[in-house]
Amino acid sequence: MKIAVCAKHVPEATAQRRLDPQTKRLDRSGEGTLNQFDVHAVEEALKLRDASGEGEVVIVSLGPERALEAMRKALAMGADRVVLVSDEAAAGSDLVATSRVLAAALEREGADVVLFGQQANDSDGAVLWAAVADRLQRPLISQVAELTHEDGKVRGKRQTEFGYDVIEAPLPAVIAVSDAINEPRYPSLKGIMGAKKKPQETVSLGDLGVGADEAGEAGSRTEVYALSDPPARGDTVKIEDDGSAADKILQFLQEKKAL
Amino acid sequence: MKTLVFLEHHEGKLQQDSLGVLGKAAALGGEVEAVLLGEGVEQLAAEAGKFGASRVYVADDVLLAAPLPQPRVDALESLVNDGGHDTVLFAASVLSADVAAGLAARLGAGLNWDLTDLVEEDGRLVGKRPALGDAVYVDVGWTSEPRLALIRSGTFEPAETGGSAEVEKIEPRLQDFSLAARMVEQAHEESEGPSIEDADVIVAGGRGLGGPENFALVEELAKALGGDAGWYPYAAQVGQTGKTVSPKLYVAVGISGAIQHKVGMQSSGLIVAINKDPNAPIFEYADFGVVGDLHEIVPKLTELVRARKAA
Repeated sequence: MKIAVCAKHVPEATAQRRLDPQTKRLDRSGEGTLNQFDVHAVEEALKLRDASGEGEVVIVSLGPERALEAMRKALAMGADRVVLVSDEAAAGSDLVATSRVLAAALEREGADVVLFGQQANDSDGAVLWAAVADRLQRPLISQVAELTHEDGKVRGKRQTEFGYDVIEAPLPAVIAVSDAINEPRYPSLKGIMGAKKKPQETVSLGDLGVGADEAGEAGSRTEVYALSDPPARGDTVKIEDDGSAADKILQFLQEKKAL
Repeated sequence: MKTLVFLEHHEGKLQQDSLGVLGKAAALGGEVEAVLLGEGVEQLAAEAGKFGASRVYVADDVLLAAPLPQPRVDALESLVNDGGHDTVLFAASVLSADVAAGLAARLGAGLNWDLTDLVEEDGRLVGKRPALGDAVYVDVGWTSEPRLALIRSGTFEPAETGGSAEVEKIEPRLQDFSLAARMVEQAHEESEGPSIEDADVIVAGGRGLGGPENFALVEELAKALGGDAGWYPYAAQVGQTGKTVSPKLYVAVGISGAIQHKVGMQSSGLIVAINKDPNAPIFEYADFGVVGDLHEIVPKLTELVRARKAA
């Protein structure tokens, strides 16, 4: 089975994230990492590949060239290769533009299953798969907390506001998994050592037949006007436990008349 | 402005969030229409009229019975193309997020999500979106029409306008690939115990607990405080799926507080967090945060609360 995983390079979770006041885009100059939600999609892809006994897992990403480093974590976990779409003209792509570029890269791969993680932890976006599925004209199952594969069909347990749906779709299909679906493996030392040697291809928009005006800001249909401070929530207090934390919480609750 | 509002329904009832968005659309002015897709949903159209829609398009089709996104994209595509709506609004949910994003791709339209307000400023429509864990608010807009927007769950309260809607039946043509996914079993609430959505006090346990076997810690504290306990093995269970809670007191035990969790509980009156990771995002919005070992602190706190209540 051939599985493509769409993955994103995001700033380190511990880094102080900021929006650049000039470009109004996320400042991506610091250290980057593989979006934590995508790690679950990688894990699920490896399981699908290994259960089917053949095929490959290819990581497909759109991002700056140094995103390759973050994608190596997926290779270290066991993915087979990476295709990174990297092009100055694609910077600042919104949903419409990003889905166009990714769909073009995915068309080239022709995978049986395209997997997404639950959301991007930088833009908080949790919709990309639906746009990509529409462009690829493939069935979609999102918010999948359990995935099985049998006889050319996938079956997903989708978590909604009302409980769990069970949805079945023929392959090829697009699946977005929730972080409830699995506990991702840690890369082994051997995996980490081997990751660098695995195929890592960087392609441009031109390679995919996507025009420069179809990606980046030119291909986007949304824009950011301004940044402002959020309404204040009031003071927040943070203490280190020195053995008296329980007493302090009680005192706080009493002060606020919460008991 | 000509706005189309996607109305979501479940078990024969319109969703409150959808009606809230409809009210917002009516407040913004212009022509406000709504669309209802499903099977046996026509009787819900009249209610939409009371909440601000002047016309409700209804597609009653067995192929739309299951809450799956892709056939809904087909229906909306032709509706917006024929109707000339410049704005299409959705109350965010698992279903509507997929519908909105699919429609954005289909129409080549801009979609802004997670909006907590929509305003007209300098003659243009502006969406307000909290970003980076609500650390900054972003004013967003659209460079073309139609403008698509997903409104964060719980943002707008429904408001009756006393109007009534004209009902217009539509028969959308659905594409083959849109019908390829099939609902095998539709959601029924896996309810265990009382609903936490109406609770005054919630104690929630997350991954930091270590496992379900430690849930008793959370449950005992909840009992002492006179509230409900929730076990959240996955951050997904508050917020991500649109479930929001707003108790007077929310105690987060071993929950790092990723964005989707925050969205689900930030309107709580008072938030107390205990987590061993000093960098956990929850400390950014907890009124009182403690960095420490929950296995030591929680039992102590339970004892103290019990003693205090007994006194």
